Amino acid sequence: MTPLLEIANATIRFGGLSAVSAIDLAIGSGELVGLIGPNGAGKTTAFNLITGVYPPSEGRVCFGGRDLTGLPPYARARLGIARTFQNIRLFGSLSVFDNVRAACNLHRATSPLHALWRGKAFRDDEAAIATQVDALLEIFNLGRYRDTPAAALPYGEQRRLEIVRCLATRPKLLLLDEPAAGMNPAEKTELVALIQQIQRQFHLSILLVEHSMRVVMGVCQRIAVLDHGVKIAEGSPAEIQHNPAVIEAYLGEDHSENLAHH
Amino acid sequence: MDSPQPKSKKRPRPQLTLGATLALGLLISAFSGALDPYFLDVLTSMGIAVILAVSLNLVTGFTGQFSLGHAGFMSVGAYISAGITTALFAGNPLGNSAFAQSGFFLGSLLLGGLGAAFAGLCVGIPSLRLKGDYLALVTLGFGEIIRVVFQNIEPIGGALGLNGIPPYTSVFWVITWAALTVFVIHSLVHSTYGRGFVATHDDEIAAEAIGLDTTRYKIVAFVVGAFFAGVAGGLYAHFRLSIVPTGFDFTKSIEIVLMVILGGMGNTIGVILAAVLLTLLPEVLRPIAAYRMVLYSLLLIVLMVSRPRGLFNLNWAALLLHLKKRTTETLTKRGAAK
Repeated sequence: MTPLLEIANATIRFGGLSAVSAIDLAIGSGELVGLIGPNGAGKTTAFNLITGVYPPSEGRVCFGGRDLTGLPPYARARLGIARTFQNIRLFGSLSVFDNVRAACNLHRATSPLHALWRGKAFRDDEAAIATQVDALLEIFNLGRYRDTPAAALPYGEQRRLEIVRCLATRPKLLLLDEPAAGMNPAEKTELVALIQQIQRQFHLSILLVEHSMRVVMGVCQRIAVLDHGVKIAEGSPAEIQHNPAVIEAYLGEDHSENLAHH
Repeated sequence: MDSPQPKSKKRPRPQLTLGATLALGLLISAFSGALDPYFLDVLTSMGIAVILAVSLNLVTGFTGQFSLGHAGFMSVGAYISAGITTALFAGNPLGNSAFAQSGFFLGSLLLGGLGAAFAGLCVGIPSLRLKGDYLALVTLGFGEIIRVVFQNIEPIGGALGLNGIPPYTSVFWVITWAALTVFVIHSLVHSTYGRGFVATHDDEIAAEAIGLDTTRYKIVAFVVGAFFAGVAGGLYAHFRLSIVPTGFDFTKSIEIVLMVILGGMGNTIGVILAAVLLTLLPEVLRPIAAYRMVLYSLLLIVLMVSRPRGLFNLNWAALLLHLKKRTTETLTKRGAAK
């Protein structure tokens, strides 16, 4: 069976520098894969490669068996790739409700002209969208912030809202870019539960970039490790924890020897 | 924050507002014979200003594309519609049938609007890749090009302008179009589709990530905005009865931008009020003649310094809540005193 997402031999060069070189990565339907690596390893670049922010200098990305080369970010989102951002990007002036509503545009049944005529079809469509949005907000405990501008939300809720906004596009693949950044241990535990809940409830594949080992090891079925733009390891959480190349990448050679001794 | 917020606000009914405004327009025009012509003139100017400001608000306020070419689009509409009516009016083929004249005028306004929309499309497609100051410069350049082009087309009067335009614009037409502009833009922006304009304004990268084609949104905003600017131009031409290319230079664009900024970006009510205010201000200051424009400019500076986020950018909900709290406090105090 072809995987949902397949990155084949993809390289992105900025001038002379390869941010990611010749990486291969496949994510199956319903899989939860972690992507880790030290700072500057190319994790976010990998996200930008998948979502079409940067075109690959070599190689290609396929989604659902379809070559994504040349498709702009919005077209990829329409195919079912949703992402969050390392530094949260919400529509600050829009209410929580409208942030999610804006993401419902992919499933709108009526055209903009209907908005001017305001007939029954339009009102029904808008009501259906509002119901969906409210249901999503309730699931993720954001209902009480419904009419608050997104910029005024507490940090944790902003992260959650960004995920909810992704889910409103009904993605097949969800890319989470450091969702635990800036969270305390209690919030991280909550986040792990949240990610598992999403995967269960919405039947989607998730690719998770994360620094917090606690989160990555807690939820991922498979982990890929990047270092200096190269994939140095891939395997189950247990395998990755004991992989010498990974330990070296994170701690340096001396330490990896130390660890081996202990 | 912990108190549960109301589940849904009362649904605004824009159709009702539209209907009420149209009725008002009819009422005023029915009694226009009895009203002071000066008052009607000012009212007409206000209506045209409202159309211009509200349409620019879609581009600049909601979608966040800073445009200094709105007067350019206005002039395209003005020249097209006035060109049509003036050329045909000369032969007077319509006679004096008010009905035929109205239909004819409406047609010329629509063509003027469509012409301006087409100009908006032509300018928008290449230039909307640019952001901020760069876009402002391109649109400024466009406005100037249009002006120079009109100055050099002799059949429409060249630098002398177009004269003898038939006086078709009435208060009714202006109020109708102002109401229609507000209705269309309000309905569009507040629909699910239209949330994309504001999303584009707030964060383009995030908007693309949820599947919104931001370039398309910007172009739609530009084209719709240009259409109404063109209609406003047509109304203006048939109100002033003569137009010159220099009447649509970038000072005019700046004036419209000012209305949007003063009203508060993306605040329709505020922008309408600012358009009304900025039209009234020079009239009110008329008695001091020579110092009028000095004081006008001074007032603008004071307003911009003291209320940079818009004259009408008040948090009404918070204000009401505060008043309510104060009232209850006073009442309980009085109760306690007894």
